[in-house]
Amino acid sequence: MKAKRMRASAATAGALTKNTLRSRLRKDITRNYELYILAIPVVLYYLYFCYKPMLGIYMAFTDYTAKGGIFGSPFVGLKHFKDFFGSMYFGRLLKNTLIISGSSILFGFPMPIILALLINEVRNKYFRKTVQTISYLPHFISMVVICSMIKTFVSDTGVVGMLVNSITGGDSSLLNNPSYFVPIYVISEIWQEAGWGSIIYLSALMGVDQQLYEAAEIDGAGRWKQTLHITIPGIAPTIVVMLIIKMGSILGLGYEKIILLYNEAIYNTSDVISTFVYRKGLLEFDYSYSTAVGLFNSVVNMIFLFGSNWLSKRFQGSGLW
Amino acid sequence: MMHIKRSRGEILFNIINYIVLTIVMVVCLYPIWHVLMASISDNVEIMRYQGILVWPKGFDLGAYGVVMQNPAIVSGYINTLFVVIVGSALNIIMTSLAAYVLSRKNFIMGKPLMVMIVITMYFGGGLIPFYFTVRDAGLDGSLWALIVPRVINTFYLIILRTAFMSIPDSLEEAARVDGASHIRILFNVVLPLSMPTIAVLILYYGVGHWNEWFDAMIFLRTDRDKYPLQLILREILLQNTMADSTVINTDNRPDIGETVKYALIIVSTIPILCVYPFLQKYFVKGVMVGSVKE
Repeated sequence: MKAKRMRASAATAGALTKNTLRSRLRKDITRNYELYILAIPVVLYYLYFCYKPMLGIYMAFTDYTAKGGIFGSPFVGLKHFKDFFGSMYFGRLLKNTLIISGSSILFGFPMPIILALLINEVRNKYFRKTVQTISYLPHFISMVVICSMIKTFVSDTGVVGMLVNSITGGDSSLLNNPSYFVPIYVISEIWQEAGWGSIIYLSALMGVDQQLYEAAEIDGAGRWKQTLHITIPGIAPTIVVMLIIKMGSILGLGYEKIILLYNEAIYNTSDVISTFVYRKGLLEFDYSYSTAVGLFNSVVNMIFLFGSNWLSKRFQGSGLW
Repeated sequence: MMHIKRSRGEILFNIINYIVLTIVMVVCLYPIWHVLMASISDNVEIMRYQGILVWPKGFDLGAYGVVMQNPAIVSGYINTLFVVIVGSALNIIMTSLAAYVLSRKNFIMGKPLMVMIVITMYFGGGLIPFYFTVRDAGLDGSLWALIVPRVINTFYLIILRTAFMSIPDSLEEAARVDGASHIRILFNVVLPLSMPTIAVLILYYGVGHWNEWFDAMIFLRTDRDKYPLQLILREILLQNTMADSTVINTDNRPDIGETVKYALIIVSTIPILCVYPFLQKYFVKGVMVGSVKE
């Protein structure tokens, strides 16, 4: 509407006032000067804490020294990237990141959908509410507490640790055995997030046209057939969007949980790119190298995000943007 | 949805469904229940007992006494409360400000600003440049490092902007005709009408601050008197560095080391467990509002 008014005034005023960007901006500033003032702290925040770090990526191409600072240190080009790709860590980190992330998606992604479908079939309102309330709860417990509980339960005297050890004949905490790290990570993640993740599908389920079910009933379709042909197609767009988001962060595996759970004995299955970035950078002070590894990580992430978005647009007709 | 007659298969499915969901609930609650029961058990018996814990083994509340009297835990609690209260207040002020500016329809810079902000959801500088930025701002070693660098969460900002945009224009126009400034419109018209969403965001931000430990770890480093609760917890529960010597001073109760850990988990989680059932419906609402945007 504003644009139309602009255009109209431009037409009447003709060449008198040039409707350039600058004149429009000037008009907007006089009219909305208050908004400009209110926007200042917001813009400053984003510039300083979100955009300035982006400039800091330059460090990945230099040998950072405290004296030279971010922009005064000697430029070394792709040295750190070459070092990383050539190092023994590269293969291991990439493999671990993909395995942990991939199995989280493979086993974790369907869980909220299944849970939402099951909750959706419950007719009793109170039971429904109770299931929802209780299954969302783990999401709000802090990572430190979750990891302490995991550590207690899988220790050689914990409930899970004893059960597994009695089958396999082991005698120490499961966290000391490299082959158990991925299952521990994935299962605890499902425990923590499946309930919370189901909310989004439950709200999508409420949007499915109820008349379709009535029509299906008349045609003699049972509940299973209805689920297969109405419910699942109805929430498919939501499923796809969630899958794109997950795929886009396949290498963006968070470091918090892994840092809290892993130990040197099981680095060969638990060390991932983000934990490596943390250790190299903040514990060993190898700033430039660490920034380079981090940059590699986010570039690959972007490729995955754009790639899965493109695939979804291609085969499904819609994507994230 | 009407189901006039139910086949035998459907009845069977319903029974199985209720059983499965009951198991889901038990699995979600059991770990917390186990910790709660262990925390009020007798230390010697809990060390000897292995397996599923349904009721406490013996009864001893001594662990809670040890936790409450521990200076590190008390100071951790105070630091966390400071960050939760001051941090969430600033979060809400800045997020409302941003959401208000970005939701104005006759504001030329609205679109470019929005693009500038949304980009940061997909791309950032990474851990080390972020660390440097915060350090350059002189925030490291201070609790403000846990507040200022993340004062606006872009995802929450979008939720709030969506809520602001759903307020009818006529209300704002009426206020403007009366000569109200933008600040007044924000505080007297827009915010009161968006209280449910604001409540959601206070909870999201508050819980986020309560559970935060990573930023505290990298920015506070060795400033132990500034550690928030979660970092103290990590030292005691996960690293076992100070567990039995300095942090948990069990001189007067040397028999209590194990249950203290459980009591500590409960004490640090209790605020969330208490608030949670009442606020659960708001939590859910926030996610819904967010999903509308997608």
